[in-house]
Parts: sequence; C-alpha cells; structure tokens
Amino acid sequence: MTEANPAISFDDVSKNYQDGRVTVLDHVSLAVSAREFLAIVGPSGSGKTTLLRLVNRLIDPTTGTVRVEGQDVQTVDAVSLRRRIGYVFQGVGLFPHMTVAENIAITPKLLGWDKARMAERVDELIDLVRLDRAKHRDRFPSQLSGGEGQRVGVARALAAKPHIVLMDEPFGALDPLTRDALGQDYRRLHDDLGLTSVMITHDTLEAVLLADRIAIVRGGRIVAQGTPRTLMNSEQDEYVRELMATPRRQAERLHALVDRQTPS
Amino acid sequence: MALYSQIAEAMARLPAYLGGHVAISVTALVLGLAVSLPLALMSTRRPALRRVLLAAASVVQTIPSLALLALFYPLLLGLAALCESLLGASFSALGFLPSVLALTLYSMLPVLRNTITGLQGVDPAINEAALGVGMTRRQSLFMVELPLALPVIMAGIRTAAVWVIGTATLSTPIGQTSLGNYIFSGLQTQNWVFVLFGCFAAAVFALVVDQLLALIDSGLLGRRRMRIVAGGLGLVLVTAGALIPSLSQPQATYVIGTKSFTEQYILAALIDQRLRDAGLSATVRAGLGSSVIFHALGAGELDAYVDYSGTIWANYMHRDDVKPRNEVLAEVKKWLTDKHGITMLGGLGFENAYALAMPRQRAEALGIRTIADLASHARNFSIAGDFEFFARPEWASIRRAYGLIFRERRQMQSTFMYSAIVDGEVDVISAYTSDGRIAQYDLMVLGDPKIAIPPYDAILLISPQRTNDKALREALRPLIDTIDVRLMRAANLRASRDEAKESPAAAARWMWQQIQRKRQAAPQ
Repeated sequence: MTEANPAISFDDVSKNYQDGRVTVLDHVSLAVSAREFLAIVGPSGSGKTTLLRLVNRLIDPTTGTVRVEGQDVQTVDAVSLRRRIGYVFQGVGLFPHMTVAENIAITPKLLGWDKARMAERVDELIDLVRLDRAKHRDRFPSQLSGGEGQRVGVARALAAKPHIVLMDEPFGALDPLTRDALGQDYRRLHDDLGLTSVMITHDTLEAVLLADRIAIVRGGRIVAQGTPRTLMNSEQDEYVRELMATPRRQAERLHALVDRQTPS
Repeated sequence: MALYSQIAEAMARLPAYLGGHVAISVTALVLGLAVSLPLALMSTRRPALRRVLLAAASVVQTIPSLALLALFYPLLLGLAALCESLLGASFSALGFLPSVLALTLYSMLPVLRNTITGLQGVDPAINEAALGVGMTRRQSLFMVELPLALPVIMAGIRTAAVWVIGTATLSTPIGQTSLGNYIFSGLQTQNWVFVLFGCFAAAVFALVVDQLLALIDSGLLGRRRMRIVAGGLGLVLVTAGALIPSLSQPQATYVIGTKSFTEQYILAALIDQRLRDAGLSATVRAGLGSSVIFHALGAGELDAYVDYSGTIWANYMHRDDVKPRNEVLAEVKKWLTDKHGITMLGGLGFENAYALAMPRQRAEALGIRTIADLASHARNFSIAGDFEFFARPEWASIRRAYGLIFRERRQMQSTFMYSAIVDGEVDVISAYTSDGRIAQYDLMVLGDPKIAIPPYDAILLISPQRTNDKALREALRPLIDTIDVRLMRAANLRASRDEAKESPAAAARWMWQQIQRKRQAAPQ
C-alpha cells in the first residue's frame, strides 16, 4: 500500500440529493492502491453503490474530489473514462439482444478495435473466465445459467484490458458453490492481470476471504477500514464487531464440524 | 350474369383505383415514419416534449378521419392561393396533397406512442450498463435501447399501416382516386358489388402489407437477413406493381368532376364519352364534396362538371330571393364569369330541384296539379320529407307562399319515403325532380306557379383556363338543352334500380342514343 500514488482516491467527497435534503455520502475519504483488492461492505442504502459509481462518473460528487490514477475525474471525459475502467453490474447487466461474443466485445468495439483483434480477444476472455468457446460464444444471455452469465459479465469488464475493475455485488445472486468458484477465479485473474479491484458485497465472509482490505460503510460514512485480519480482531466499533462476528461464528461452527468433535 | 359483369367492371377499374390508393398510403406512411420516429427519439430524454407530442397525436386521432381529410382541402386551397400571390407559382390543393397530409397525421399516433412506450420499457439497469461500458447517450440509444424496443415499435408501424390503408378509402371526396371510389359510388348507386369489392381490395392490400412488415419484424428479431430482405423486397414489389399500371396509363388532358350521387356519375360519364368521341382524353374525379368541386373548378384543378343553378345562387352568391328560371340562369352565368372566370356553357335542359310529389292517379282524381291546388287538401294530408328537407329555406318558402298546413309531418330516409307514399302511408313527399323513382313509382311533381322554390337547372361549367378551348366547347355543345327531365329520370332509374342495374357509363351511353334519336327525328 503506497498512499502516495493510489489508483483511486476519494478526497472529502459528499453526495447530496434534493438540494442537500438527502445525504448519501458524507465527507468520505478513501484510497485504493494500485493492484489492491478492496471490498466495500455495508447495509443496503449505506452509499456503497454511490461510492462505486463516482469512480467512473456514472455519478458526479456534490463536493470533494475523486481521482483515478492521479487525475481528477471531473477533468476527464466521462465516456473515455468508463471505457478504460471495467464494470461488473449487479444482476449481470448483459445486453439481451447481443450474443456472448458481442457482449464481451462491446467496449473494444466502442474503442474502434478491428474485427480480427476483437474476435481474438473474445476467445481469449472466454478461456480466461473458463467458459467454452464452441458452446457459449454465440449464445444469447437468456440461454445462459446465472453463473455463466456472471462469467460473461466479468469477461466484458476485462475486454478492453482495464487496470481498474469495479464490481457491484457481482456474485450476489448465485448459488453458494458457483459463487465460491467464481470468487476464487476472479481473485486469480486479479493477481495474474495485476488489476486494481473494488468490489461491493453484503456478504462479509466473501469480503474476508477475497479482499486485501475491507472498507465498512454505514450511513454515508466509512466507519472502519483495514485488512480482514485487523477488522476481525477489532473491538472498537459495535457495528463492526457485530458485522465481523458472523464469519467468525460460521468459521467456528465449520471448524467444529470438520474436527468431528460432537459438542458435549 | 349481372354479378359477373359488375365484377368485370370493378376489375377494369382496379389498376387506377389501387394505384391511387397505394400512392397516397405508401407516401403517407413513409412521411409519417420519417416524422414520428425522429420526434419519438428526440423525446426520449425530454419528458415535456413527450407529453406534448402524445397529447397532440391523440387529439388528431379523435378528429373523425373523414373530417380530418376534408379540413385539409380548404387549408391547402388557402395556402395555394397565398403561394400564387407571393411566389407566382402554386400547387394542387385537390386530391393527393391533402390526402397524404391528413393520412400522415393519422399514422403518427401509433408510431409515436409505441416508440416512446418501447423505449421507456427498456430496463433501467440495461441503460446503466450501456453507459457503464462506455457508450455515449446516442450509442446507447441506437445500439441498445432501439434494438430492445424494436418489437413494440414494429407493432406500432404495423398498426399505422393498417389504419392508413383503411382510412385512405375516405380520400375520394377530396378528389383523390382510391379504393374508396368503389365504396362511395357503390353506396350512391346502391351497387353493393362495388362496395364489397372496394372493402375487399383495401382489406387484402392492408393484410399483405401487414404480413410483409411482420416478416421484416421477425427477421430483425431473429437476425435473419433473408427475411428482412424478402419483406423489404415484397413491399417494394407490391408498391411498384400497384403504381406502374396506373402511371403507365396515358395522362388525360381533361379532368371531369362529379359530386357523390348517381345523376352526377352518369353526367360525368356522358361528358367523358363525348370528349373521347371527339378524340380528346379525359379522366373522371368521382365523388367530390359539393364545395370541394366548385373551388376545384375555380382553381383549375378540374376542367368541367355539372352543377345546379340554385346551388350557385344560394350557396355561393348567398341569395335568398327566388326568381324565375331564366333570370336565375342569366344572373348565375354573369356572376360566374365576373367573379370566378368560370364559363357556364349552358343548361342541360332539366332541373334537379326540390319539389313536392304525390301519386299521379290520386292527384288526378283530386284534381291537384300544382302546390296551389294542394293547399285546400293539406289539412287532411300527411307529408314526408328527407332528413334535410324541413330545415331548408325551400320548405319555409313553400309554406309562406301557399299557406300550407299539413295534418302530419314525418322525416324518413328517402328509400322509405318512396315506399311510404306507394303504400299510401303518407300523401305527399319531398322529392328531387330528376329522381329516377318519380318515373318508377309514377309520381306527379306538383307545379310551383308562385315560384316559391328556386330553380335548380343542371348547368355545364368550364374552368377559367379552358374558357377559350374550342375543342372542349365543341365536344360538349351537343349536350346543351338536349336532356329533358324525363330522360334524366329514366337514366337515373337505370343506374339505381334493383333489377337489371346498369353502370353509370352504360346509362350515359343509353342517354346519348336517345339524344341522337331525338335530333334525327326533329332536324333543325
């Protein structure tokens, strides 16, 4: 973590609606280092998604500065900014009228890549997210399972070789097995490709297992941040304690089961 | 056999009628799409514009289609006059242009509404994904929102196509030849074969276009290029196939107008035959509205038609006094020349006036020959009139002049009026003097010695730019003062009776034979 040169930084950022009557983010400051995997955890309505959308200017801040790779995003063209940041949407967000290949190639297409290069990149990405070229390439999203759809979502986010990937509850709607497999696969991609990843999740266990660092958001403020290890052992904030207690309890129960020690 | 010949006659007119129909409906649809689609797209991110558009299109839809079509004629006539005075050049306010404009407006609601609804129906999460992957607003619209809204938009286009093709049948009264010509003339001459043929042809055309659009729709949806090409090609072929026969027909030199009743169809056919015999080419614009036809002649969009002196006198000269037949004719003739440059070639020799009629036998038995004779019996008589008659100035004028008070006054549809007087249910009816049913039912038209009813002499009118057209005048001169009211009644009866009905053209040929026979019998 080198705070001197973060990939993404929020500097005293607030977001209000209705002339200040509704505050979604309240003076947030946060930095994400290059190649870091940050998970943002918090209850619904806490401002998690707003935080993520500020990065690629789907939302602009009311006050404060958001920087991506050192540049104030307000000084950058929103469309080209989005094309160089990968985004995995909540509930997949694939275009239903486009095939898997067309969905994956969309950002390269917008960037004006030639056809051969796009086709090559699509095949590469299908392999990368462990789908089958022959089977999945020309399917429509409605013909995919939830897990396959989300793999395509990840492939689409990676298509234009971004350095930064934003993910909004990417694995939320999947069954536990698929979810775990996809989480592990993504972590591998994150490391292999040297990405900077920011993932929103409401699943603390997922955050603990995948992320390098966790930021806990509540009521538009960051109430705690740190590595999974520090947060698991943190005693300071009651909400944080409660939040981190769940994975701990789950782990202890699992541990008990695996050791086959029947309780008294 | 009669059925066969009627169908054969209907088929013979199909190229011209279908050609006109296809020309206006296709033009209106293309124009409607060209206007509505961009408007709908512009309004996707402008809620205020969207509301205004939908409200305006809905209001247009509530105007009865016939009225919408009719309203465009005076509007365009005014515009044409304005253009003439400002630019020295003008355009035809009759037929094609008003029909296309009205139908275009009519096509807009389904296209606008479905495009807007379709675009609004796109999942907001998909919209956001489009922005998230780096699309501009425009790219999002064309690459994501429009393709997803396509099924709804195509449904709107198909609705518009069917509406426009159906409504185009109503463009006949403003001078556009269409499949409506079958329906309007069929209704007037009670030729149900024609009416059904017109409806059937319009329905088939609408169905074919709808199915071709459906083919394109399924091609777009399933990404099957062959279907899109086949559908598009089909539309082009249908349009071209319908237009080419009507375009390849030689352009006629003269245009003859008719109002929408049997007598007018016969007289137009008679004029047409006279011109053809003289080696001139002519075409008939059938079933025009009464005021449309007069203004169209003045504007030179028609070359000739038959009107009635009383109509000019009351409706255009705004006269409410009644003068003898010859004085009215002379004044009308002078007024037409002075005010509009229209030439009145002369009277045809009969009147189609309002009149009172009763069964001949009964009238003779009671010694009634005129309305004056009727006055003493009226208290015991009942009178039937059509829906218009008792509200017309002629009725007030008759009552004033003769002091008529009837026992009972009834209004009925004219067909029932005639059967009522035959059955003795009523004693006197209102009638048109040249109506074929006067001869059919042996009725006596009562005289009008006090001249309470304005004369309605049939007069042959020629447009200002044909004033010095010798060929035209020579070809039509033989018709002047040669058709007496008996001949006209007989011809009207031939074209409107239920048994052995003749086409207006056949009735006109029969009339010409009678005219020539009379001329030979009485050499000048």
